[in-house]
Amino acid sequence: MSATSVLYDAPGARAKRRNILYTIVFLVVFALAAWWVLVQMADKNQLASEKWSPFVTDSEVWTTYLLPGLGETLKAAALSIVIALPFGALLGIGRLSDHSWVRVPVGAVVEFFRSIPVLLMMVFAAQAYAQFTNVSSDMRPLYAVVTGLVLYNASVIAEIVRAGILTLPNGQTDAAKAIGMRKGQTMAYVLLPQAVTAMLPALVSQLVVIVKDTALGGAILGLSELLSQNRTITANYGANTIATLVVIALIYIVLNFILTTFASWLEQRLRRGKKSTGAVLPDVNAGTYVGDGSGI
Amino acid sequence: MKLRKASAAAAAVVVLSLTATACGGDSADSGNGGGDKITIGIKFDQPGLGLKKPDGTFAGFDVDVATYVAKELGYDAKNIVWKEAPSAERENLISNGDVKFVAASYTINDERKKKVDFAGPYFLAHQDLLVRTDDSSITKAADLNSKKLCSVTGSTSAQNVKNDFAPKADLQNVGGYSECLTGLENKAVDALTTDDSILAGYASQQEHQGKFKLAGLKLSDEPYGIGLKKGDTDLQKKINAALTKMESDGSWEKAVTANFGPANYKNEPAPKINEGS
Amino acid sequence: MFEFLDSGQYDLLGAFWVTVQLTLYSAVGSLLWGTLLAGMRVSPVPLMRAFGTAYVNLVRNTPLTVVLVACSLGLGQTLQITLGGGDFESIGFRLAVLGLIAYTSTFVCEALRSGINTVPVGQAEAARALGLSFFQVLRLIVLPQAFRSVVAPLANVLIALTKNTTVAAAIGVAEASALMKTMIENESSALFAVFAVFAFGFVVLTLPTGLLLGWVSKRVAVKR
Repeated sequence: MSATSVLYDAPGARAKRRNILYTIVFLVVFALAAWWVLVQMADKNQLASEKWSPFVTDSEVWTTYLLPGLGETLKAAALSIVIALPFGALLGIGRLSDHSWVRVPVGAVVEFFRSIPVLLMMVFAAQAYAQFTNVSSDMRPLYAVVTGLVLYNASVIAEIVRAGILTLPNGQTDAAKAIGMRKGQTMAYVLLPQAVTAMLPALVSQLVVIVKDTALGGAILGLSELLSQNRTITANYGANTIATLVVIALIYIVLNFILTTFASWLEQRLRRGKKSTGAVLPDVNAGTYVGDGSGI
Repeated sequence: MKLRKASAAAAAVVVLSLTATACGGDSADSGNGGGDKITIGIKFDQPGLGLKKPDGTFAGFDVDVATYVAKELGYDAKNIVWKEAPSAERENLISNGDVKFVAASYTINDERKKKVDFAGPYFLAHQDLLVRTDDSSITKAADLNSKKLCSVTGSTSAQNVKNDFAPKADLQNVGGYSECLTGLENKAVDALTTDDSILAGYASQQEHQGKFKLAGLKLSDEPYGIGLKKGDTDLQKKINAALTKMESDGSWEKAVTANFGPANYKNEPAPKINEGS
Repeated sequence: MFEFLDSGQYDLLGAFWVTVQLTLYSAVGSLLWGTLLAGMRVSPVPLMRAFGTAYVNLVRNTPLTVVLVACSLGLGQTLQITLGGGDFESIGFRLAVLGLIAYTSTFVCEALRSGINTVPVGQAEAARALGLSFFQVLRLIVLPQAFRSVVAPLANVLIALTKNTTVAAAIGVAEASALMKTMIENESSALFAVFAVFAFGFVVLTLPTGLLLGWVSKRVAVKR
């Protein structure tokens, strides 16, 4: 908080008293709200121990529903990023091409997929797979979710790649030209390797976005990922919907918190590193930079 | 450069997980294709009919019927591969040959008979309402006009109410029946509508006993059949024979009592099997 | 190919109007709540800082789908908060707006906070030297400059919000993506046409926003 403490003076006696007052008022308001919610929940019998205890006492809730669901979530996310990466790199490089017949169509594709909701693409892909392919029905939701996520994230990654290459100092291209490298060589041996390290934090935080988006597949397309386990768990344990949703939300939060922390660790490490040019594409989600806001 | 090592490791992990998932897909396929196994489509999230239990086994009336039929067809209970058959997917599962047959609260109607054949019916359900035990204000369908009603997105029961019985009812569509039950328990909604067999399954769950009751309105007839591939009259005959035997040797009655008993649900007697005759 | 548009069976404009309404209400709400959160995160009161940080980190790491389902299930079905809505349709809409605000405001807050960091230290120091209090520093000196430097990121948040309104379909709000799912199931022969219509609708909604606010961000940028 040292960066923002310029906004106010070190508190004196009066300011300290005032801050304590604010703290107490805030605490009271917060406690009242929390108390009201808890009383209402208790009133509606939502805090009853039989609704919550399965998650502690019954390991089968975890082994039969939650962990396989988490596995499906991770599988969809991993497949999406792995497939989206090469596509995104190609699109990003294509957008930097010197030939307008490459640059313009690639730009149009990227902008198109960035401007329509990923859910639309998932719903479309699900129906397209059902009509035109014989992908078996239990794999279809996974295919559809991964397709939607790949289309969207490839175009987001394309922008990350483009920005990563553009952050590199001009001297790199100049030096490569000076020793007689062709454009392809410059890209492959000089720019891309450096851009990839610069992009890593942004890519990891994109993974957070992907993990969050897989939940759409569960809610709307019937992918048996983490969120959709809500349905089978509550069918077994007496409609303990609130308890189940809280547990599921906590799993998502822990998972994404680990990813975000890893991304900012990576970013700091790269910033400190001496061997690269020091150019780092900041991690959009860590909030350490004027994020472009697209990582939602 | 340590980072290169790190990214190489990351890449290796990703590749490994990919191959792992690929293998997973393969083994599942070969499991279905095995000679001695039979794949049957059921519901995974309907207590009383077809439910995936915490220990990974399955229970419910549809499951009992399907197990009995499979036994008559010559498959042991342990050779049954259960496959989830969501309502919208049932026709596809059958016509793609992903399952041998489907027993998943599958109402026989003419629309569906264009795409698949049915055996049975093996159960006669009705669309009905689930209300709180202390609520006696709903005695006929028209009472719903001033009530808050809950159903599941895309279900025909919701459409029936909106179009025929009570056009003015305030209808909420949610993702699953459990969400409706939460609302019903907390008085955010007044009734939950779908087939009475499904409602009875929920009401007879241990956690819900005494909280909810069926209104008993019989808003429609829903004869459940076993869906199978169009034109497979041989299988249809065998399944019909199995169903007839199930009823005559008392197993049918036993399965009904076991699955719907606690809900005090007055089920219809075993329907006359008329498909394929 | 596009004859399903003339059948009168589908209220396409109505569905997109719901999308627009969701976007507008949520945008205003998340701008207010996000600014408040950003204020908390830089405030001199440690408890408010802690609350702001915890809120942002918890909500930002939760999928929007879970946030919306929690609003519908927890606030609507259990606590019976209706937000003044009469029937399920309006309650669902209002709860969806609430959920979208809760989620989007974390991104508004983070964008603003980084905007605050771009304001030179000397500005705040000069303001303090004049004897302005924390609120005055924030309201008169820092936030106006911070807002001007984050128009572009906020525009991206707005575009993302427009797209995110489709998630409201998960709690049964009849917006564009819900209609698209119904239409795709009913008009399966016109699959590509249906998709094209809805994709076009969203491009129409998001593209001008981006261009307009991109222009605005250049106009209002603080020249240093």
